[in-house]
Amino acid sequence: MRDVAVIGIGETQFGELWERSFREIGIEAGLKAIEDSGIAADDLDAIYVGNMSAGKFIDQEHVSALVADYSGLADQHLPAVRVEGGGACGAIAILQAAMAISSGMHDIVIVGGAEKMTDVGDVQAGAILGATADQEWESVFGATFAGLYAMMARRHMYEFGTTREQMAQVAVKNHKNGALNPHAQFQREITLDTVLKAPWVAEPLTVFDSAPLSDGAAAVVLCAMDRARKFSDTPIKLLGSGQASDFLALHDRRELATMDATVVAGKRAFHAARVTPDRVKAAEVHDNFTITEIMAIEDLRFVKKGLGGMATEEGETALNGKISVNTSGGLKARGQPVGATGVAQAVEIVRQLRSEAGKRQVSNAEIGLTHTLGGTGATAVVHLFGRVN
Amino acid sequence: MTGGIVSYGEYVPRYRITPKEIGAVWGTDGEAMGKGLNIRAKSVPGPDEDVITMSVEAARACLAKVPRVNPKDVGAIYVGSESHPYAVKPSATIVAEAIEAAPVMTAADYEFACKAGTAAIQTCMGLTLSNMYKYGMAVGADTSQGAPGDALEYSASAGAAAFLIGNERPIATINHTVSYTTDTPDFWRREGQRYPSHGGRFTGEPAYFKHVMSCGQLLFKQAGTKPEDYDYAVFHQPNGKFPLRVGKQLGFTEKQIDTGLLVRDIGNTYSAAIMVGMCAIFDIARPGDRMFAVGYGSGAGSDAFDLTVTDEIKNLKRAGRTTMDMVNDAVFLDYATYAKYRGKIVMRGAA
Repeated sequence: MRDVAVIGIGETQFGELWERSFREIGIEAGLKAIEDSGIAADDLDAIYVGNMSAGKFIDQEHVSALVADYSGLADQHLPAVRVEGGGACGAIAILQAAMAISSGMHDIVIVGGAEKMTDVGDVQAGAILGATADQEWESVFGATFAGLYAMMARRHMYEFGTTREQMAQVAVKNHKNGALNPHAQFQREITLDTVLKAPWVAEPLTVFDSAPLSDGAAAVVLCAMDRARKFSDTPIKLLGSGQASDFLALHDRRELATMDATVVAGKRAFHAARVTPDRVKAAEVHDNFTITEIMAIEDLRFVKKGLGGMATEEGETALNGKISVNTSGGLKARGQPVGATGVAQAVEIVRQLRSEAGKRQVSNAEIGLTHTLGGTGATAVVHLFGRVN
Repeated sequence: MTGGIVSYGEYVPRYRITPKEIGAVWGTDGEAMGKGLNIRAKSVPGPDEDVITMSVEAARACLAKVPRVNPKDVGAIYVGSESHPYAVKPSATIVAEAIEAAPVMTAADYEFACKAGTAAIQTCMGLTLSNMYKYGMAVGADTSQGAPGDALEYSASAGAAAFLIGNERPIATINHTVSYTTDTPDFWRREGQRYPSHGGRFTGEPAYFKHVMSCGQLLFKQAGTKPEDYDYAVFHQPNGKFPLRVGKQLGFTEKQIDTGLLVRDIGNTYSAAIMVGMCAIFDIARPGDRMFAVGYGSGAGSDAFDLTVTDEIKNLKRAGRTTMDMVNDAVFLDYATYAKYRGKIVMRGAA
């Protein structure tokens, strides 16, 4: 199998982009990535698009062809594929594109991720996100997305003594990082008190424990490693990837305070990359709620199971701590345009590995990781990226 | 020639309900909600009050301050509201009869969410500046609707204000007025619907702030003024936070905004909101004082006014209650009584 490298990255501003459309932001991210990669449009072999629910958010399906068309590539007749996998769709799109290159079918592929979530009201947007849980066995009985994550948080608190303060520290840290990211939706720091005193979304999670609704897009250009040097002086290698699924509904899972899909996807990725978790210096992990980040850093074996809250509290996951987690601000502060998430995480890690992250640069970052979830963890995708020396 | 406001009158119902009381019913921390909105209480219309009764109260209070004005000289009355009691049949005709301005005059109802009253002021300015009529009366009144349990329920309240517009002996000249209008669907209620819908956070930046800021800046430009040229600034007040924020963004101090910021104690009186705030300022303003006022209506648009208070303000006959008298005359209701007063309880025989 051929190795794959990232040779171009691009992303839009994340936030409530009231005056911009889905196609506009998708194109902006795509063009930035193409420009960054140095390829010409006719070098492209295929387009992959991660998008969760344009059909519900903006009444537009068939976004793969739309992206190809509005990127000015309609007359190239490229294969364009839309990938859906809840919040993990962007990360799955990267994996699918990488597999197409590895197999030898394609050489250069662009992967975009985009979501326009603010064209519908808050309540409707929440319901659309909730559709990634089990409609028949969870949502129909009144379980909200936040409510399901709150159950995981409660279980984690019960089993490991994780505190609300420790969860809140995730939000404080990610806002601190977001303040250094000019693309982030929230570029301001918050205090522990702000998180703790905010209204409940679902106890024990407050508004500030939760990632926002966002618009945004991100894109990466992937290239067969043997051709990457032609376009880039700093190709970033995709060292290994893992994807896993789990029971869709929370009540069917083996347990609540561990996401088995993350555990398995992580093991697969580390195994494929032939690296160990301790070598990862920068990680973008799924933090749609603060508890999610705590579980992720445990399930990816950055810290011992049950110690995620404490590690966060002690600053181990802060910028240039033991492992810098969510330097972009994460879903919490950078924003959560669902389809864009996995791709935006890759953009941040590539930026870190290229040493282009400015004020939030992780020193000596050789290996970086992205971790993206679909739904309440029924899908997990882990990618490991590394510098090429 | 510069026209202006010849007199003003207002009406705020006595009943109040607190965010805490509302929140207790819906399992929400109403106190925190109120703090977030910067609203301590909202006014509630009594069971026998509606836009017409409140408009009549305000119109009568307005004329009572200028006994010299013959109601027959009020050639036009426009009542701006989004809660007219009748879908078809004007509120304005009843107000016209009640103040004895009818029948040789024109009347109509206006609707532009929360800025129908200021739109009526501008219409009356045109009619009086052109000498078509000696006086015009612009009324802004609402018994606004917030669906039970909706965020709007914490703020949607009731009130009315009436301004007599004319060129003769105004208490405040309208030096400049400018409007800013776009098609922005941030808040709406379709025909037949009982409660309005809103775009959540979309009602903020792209709606209220964009229009009030743009219109305010246009007014500064047209008037050639700066924030420090004004003694008072008043804005549409859907809650207690937005007008403070937009005021500060435009360069005003909290002190300039404070007098007209009544939303904290009576909630959002919609079409009446900015006009009642202006009434509170007129109650204490002195000749020479200058006022900067920017209204906002969803859908969306802003009307801005630059006013200077004249010596005439000293000649008003002030026998009735002041705005603050009405704001402070509060009888607090529990939610059950509020629900009854607002017709939220389905009575026997109701369809």
